[in-house]
Amino acid sequence: MSRRLKISVFRHNPRDPQSVPRLVDYELDEQPGMTLFIALNAIRDTQAPDLNFDFVCRAGVCGACAMVVDGRPGLACRTLTNTLPDAFSLYPLPVFRLVADLSVDTGRWMRELAERLQTWVHLEAEPELDRLEARMEPALAEGVYELDRCIECGCCIAACATAQMREGFVGAVGLNKIARFRLDPADTRADADFYELIGSDEGIFGCMSLLACNDLCPKELPLQTQLAWLRRKMAGQGIRWLRRR
Amino acid sequence: MLQSLTGLALALFMWLHMGFVSAILISEDVAWAVARFFEGYFFLPRPQAWLVSSFVAVISLLFALHALLALRKFPADWRQYRIAATHGSRLRHGDTVLWFVQVATGFAMFFLAPVHLYAMFMHPDLIGPYASADRVWTGGFWPLYLALLFAVEVHGSVGLYRLAVKWGWFEGGDARASRRRLKIAMWGLIAFLLTLGLTTLMAEIRMGVEHAPRAGERYVPTWQRGVTAAEEAR
Ligand code: HEM
Ligand code: SF4
Ligand code: SF4
Ligand code: FES
Repeated sequence: MSRRLKISVFRHNPRDPQSVPRLVDYELDEQPGMTLFIALNAIRDTQAPDLNFDFVCRAGVCGACAMVVDGRPGLACRTLTNTLPDAFSLYPLPVFRLVADLSVDTGRWMRELAERLQTWVHLEAEPELDRLEARMEPALAEGVYELDRCIECGCCIAACATAQMREGFVGAVGLNKIARFRLDPADTRADADFYELIGSDEGIFGCMSLLACNDLCPKELPLQTQLAWLRRKMAGQGIRWLRRR
Repeated sequence: MLQSLTGLALALFMWLHMGFVSAILISEDVAWAVARFFEGYFFLPRPQAWLVSSFVAVISLLFALHALLALRKFPADWRQYRIAATHGSRLRHGDTVLWFVQVATGFAMFFLAPVHLYAMFMHPDLIGPYASADRVWTGGFWPLYLALLFAVEVHGSVGLYRLAVKWGWFEGGDARASRRRLKIAMWGLIAFLLTLGLTTLMAEIRMGVEHAPRAGERYVPTWQRGVTAAEEAR
């Protein structure tokens, strides 16, 4: 027996002066193995040709399709409709700039974050290109790789009460990046440098450990562990800094 | 970080506090001894009630500092409050709900606790089996204590759970499993402290009711009764 799904979709186009934010209901028959990617395309093909939403990889790799599904942020391409009730809602991610309907601009936010937190490997000197790279322990490389899996989908920002209340909070995505570069031996920055970037209420001390980021990250990054670890390191740095004064 | 430190200190103090107060469940003599102990009765030539007052002042300071720091995290305006509220109700996320519980119970203590602290500060000598029971019943403090009990124990236990995940204590190899265990420990702690606290408060109320006709009379420990009678006879 296939279910009849009722999907309430947030519709609004900020560039159209006539447009008002509203919810529009669409009904369709559920197919076996249906993802939200398939469902949204079916709606666009048959009912709402002007519906905006983003997909690129359709396999949970690019992070473009993140939206608020039935109240919780997640990747639409990886969400099976059979995990959802008969009637549910789709909203665009909050915090990010709305492009239209379910499409938001996470790119600009992520870029500003990267510039602010300087999320690239800082080297002491120009690398010598004709020499072999310094070796890294496999376990350490694994650790860096694990944190590098973040796809900048923005779910952790949408899930985070702090990020929604306080503009400027760098969120789990930003903190995870700092944890990644701190772990990387190629990056020459010390804790004092990282403290400058995240040792404030906009950084690690603003996080209230509600752990929604940890629980909703579609890539299941170990955000709880990373946040606690950064907090210990940064608190240690803060104390060292106080003592030196 | 100071938030965590003050929170931890307060929460641990509340455990001790629960220990002292529930001494009344053992016997009136034990409760009397605990109360006098903090006045220096057993190691100073004369009991000094101001010792208790100073201690109350220190706790009050800790409390004020903690509240001051906590205010940073409160939703600061209506917009933030609305965002937090809709976010919380949509997300259906346990730990986010717990945060609301902490804000609400913290806010409640903001008003409830100062009353209690002030009473202790001004009348440190009026702590003891009869004096406390009289305050609870004849003095009309029991509704305050009841509300305070729920607020403190829930807030403190949730706070300790939050501290553990925040700083990565007891994390072990598997963060998910240890978090589940911490959550269970938190509920266990709440249940235990509330049971003990309610039993104690019931005992105080019962004593208060019984003692109401003689409210104001001070307790004399059983082993001193003969002596005082003799002193009075002199
Ligand atoms: C005026 C009274 C109080 C207010 C307004 C208050 C408020 C708060 C708030 C809003 C938080 C969450 C902060 C965050 O998530 O960063 C918190 C955390 C906490 N509170 Fe309180 N609180 C009060 C009294 C107490 C008392 C009496 C205790 C002791 C039982 C206590 C123990 C804790 C603990 C252990 C934490 C966790 C600390 C942390 O997350 O870093 N609080 N409090
Ligand atoms: S940390 Fe997780 S939820 Fe946040 S942006 Fe990266 S992949 Fe998405
Ligand atoms: S732990 Fe909570 S406050 Fe911290 S980044 Fe994650 S969701 Fe936000
Ligand atoms: S379309 Fe790339 S993650 Fe969903």
